[in-house]
Amino acid sequence: MYSSLIITNNIHSWVLSWMPAAATGIIEMIMIALAYLTLFAVLGLFLVLMERKVAAWFQLRIGPNRVGFFGMFQTIADALKLLSKELTGTDKADKFLYNLAPYFLIISSLMALAVFPFSKNLQAFDINIGIFFLIAISSIGVIGILLGGWSSNNKFALIGAMRSGVQTISYELSVGLSLLTMILLTGSLQLSEIIEVQKSGWLIVQGHIPAVIAFMIYMIAGTAETNRAPFDMVEAESELGAGFHTEYSGMKFAYFFLAEFINMFIIAAIGTTVFFGGWLSPFGITESIPWLGVFWFMIKTFALVFLMMWFRWTFPRLRVDQLLTLEWKYLLPINLFNIVLMAIIIWLNFTIQF
Amino acid sequence: METDTINNSFKSEEYFINMGPQHPATHGVLRLLLTIDGEIIKKVEPDLGYIHRSIEKMCERDSYQQIVHLTDRMDYLSSHINNEAVCLAVENALEIEVPERVKVIRTIIDELTRISSHTLWWGVMGMDVGALTSYFYGFRDRELINDIFEETCGARLTMNYNIPGGLMQDIHPNFVKRVKEFIAHFKTKLPEYDKLLTGNIIFQKRTKGVGVLSKEDAIAFGASGPVARGSGYSCDVRKYHPYSALDKITFNEALHTEGDSYARYLVRIQEMWESISIIEQLIDNIPEGDFKVATKAVIKLPKGEYYQKVETARGELGVYIISTGGKNPHRMKFRSPGLSNLSLLNHITVGGKIGDLVATMATIDIVVPDIDR
Repeated sequence: MYSSLIITNNIHSWVLSWMPAAATGIIEMIMIALAYLTLFAVLGLFLVLMERKVAAWFQLRIGPNRVGFFGMFQTIADALKLLSKELTGTDKADKFLYNLAPYFLIISSLMALAVFPFSKNLQAFDINIGIFFLIAISSIGVIGILLGGWSSNNKFALIGAMRSGVQTISYELSVGLSLLTMILLTGSLQLSEIIEVQKSGWLIVQGHIPAVIAFMIYMIAGTAETNRAPFDMVEAESELGAGFHTEYSGMKFAYFFLAEFINMFIIAAIGTTVFFGGWLSPFGITESIPWLGVFWFMIKTFALVFLMMWFRWTFPRLRVDQLLTLEWKYLLPINLFNIVLMAIIIWLNFTIQF
Repeated sequence: METDTINNSFKSEEYFINMGPQHPATHGVLRLLLTIDGEIIKKVEPDLGYIHRSIEKMCERDSYQQIVHLTDRMDYLSSHINNEAVCLAVENALEIEVPERVKVIRTIIDELTRISSHTLWWGVMGMDVGALTSYFYGFRDRELINDIFEETCGARLTMNYNIPGGLMQDIHPNFVKRVKEFIAHFKTKLPEYDKLLTGNIIFQKRTKGVGVLSKEDAIAFGASGPVARGSGYSCDVRKYHPYSALDKITFNEALHTEGDSYARYLVRIQEMWESISIIEQLIDNIPEGDFKVATKAVIKLPKGEYYQKVETARGELGVYIISTGGKNPHRMKFRSPGLSNLSLLNHITVGGKIGDLVATMATIDIVVPDIDR
């Protein structure tokens, strides 16, 4: 049987051959953690470069092209610059919370990354409440934003943080409910299970009309979750300067910055897993080559990431009350109606399956 | 008693924040003292003077030829038009009749300046409401106009081309060709502007019904230019007091009656179309002749008071000269459109959100050096 289990099993038995079983567990955990940290950094670097290139192409510019071929090392240069910068802060800041805030964001996005099946069995831990775990973990991030804005003792940062609190709490409902609509189809919260179900057609095809509605709501709410334009109330540079991270510099700022990009990846990855069959290839064309699962997963995820970048570089920003109107008066009622519609479709067996 | 306690515990407190002098939305060094309650604006107090260079006082020191080199630094986005105002005032005082060629070239340059100012405004407007891409689109087209100006008068921003008595030098041989190329190019690009911003539902939501200015208030506050015309106040100086070659051409005054930010936006978009039409009417008919009339090396205005107003990209610019017969003006006063338009800000933004303030400020289109002088 093909699968990435071969590799992990090999590593496991190799470590076990010269170590006691108890130590093996710890060693393997550290290895997994290191692997995810590496993935985190690489994704962050790549997404920043991608954002800059995409933005440039939208704006009649060339984008970074000086450091390395195609500007490949531009983000590495930026990271080095941020590392070497002095960590400034406000005098009357609540120092403990001020220093703590970035970790909330970075830990929440790092933990969320752990449950994604990048390919068959290529997953750190496959819990049976996968989707629930993702929704729960991703809402920890907002605590970091609120703390950062509040503790830095800056009015602009405070306004940004309060906006973020309002926005994230509202849009979490829509993210949760639109995913719940799809859960009706799969009957399981486990991510690997959700992908198994999609072997007879991606969920967006299986659930057709309500699934497409759910996907649109998910993308809107997901963009709002990550605080990106057109929902970037939190930063809103023409209104608040830099928003909640006004007083952060150097690596602390970079944590916020990186977390935003990883969150964007996570939103796109959830979308891929739940709507577009995760690592499954279209029509099963490469089912015999399991390692291409990673390729398909990344292709789909980055297509969704591109979609979010497209939003960002074309749409103006909403006003804060319009943002809440959109959620509470439009998305939420449509969402509730959509769940009922999906239930009826499943009840009448109107789903499309190959 | 009990309700009082409840009301007190939920009472919101007003607080104030400094918007500027270094803030992305204030376009330069304007400081706004905002009194806000949560997100709702209670009071806006513009605090001026951060870039005051006492240009009016400096004018009293300079000769009339030198003054022209100061006025382009007031509203640097309509520098040609500022300079033309001074030149017209001096020429009227001296009773000089400039050649037809000068008049036509001045009008063409004015309208090019207007387009270049409005394209920059359009880009920045998009940026202020959160769509960064429009900034680069606006600058793409503005750069072409800057190229034309650079070829003819050697500068790209603070251009000095008008002098009392005519122009500093003749237009570049390429001028007519390049202006025609630009017009052809810009006619295809202006619909793109509509596609990117005008038709966007978020943009319309952000600007419609925001910062509403009634026609009465527009007149009372002395508003002019697109700000007043967005409220239905027909006040185009080009229409009512035509100067240079403007009496020979036909154009429509862009007017909208809603008075909100969206109306002001539409007025400027329409003005760009009108400017194109004005240039098209003139560009093929530039008469032959001299590009200036000879003036004395030291211009001395006869004793008296002189006033000339022109329509800059921002509104009505008035130049008021008191001369005692010497080579310098005794007193020089500019009636700048920016200052009176800015005075509206508190009136039309109170009660809105911070986002509304930014959108309204973008449509008022302030240039801080014009306000502070």
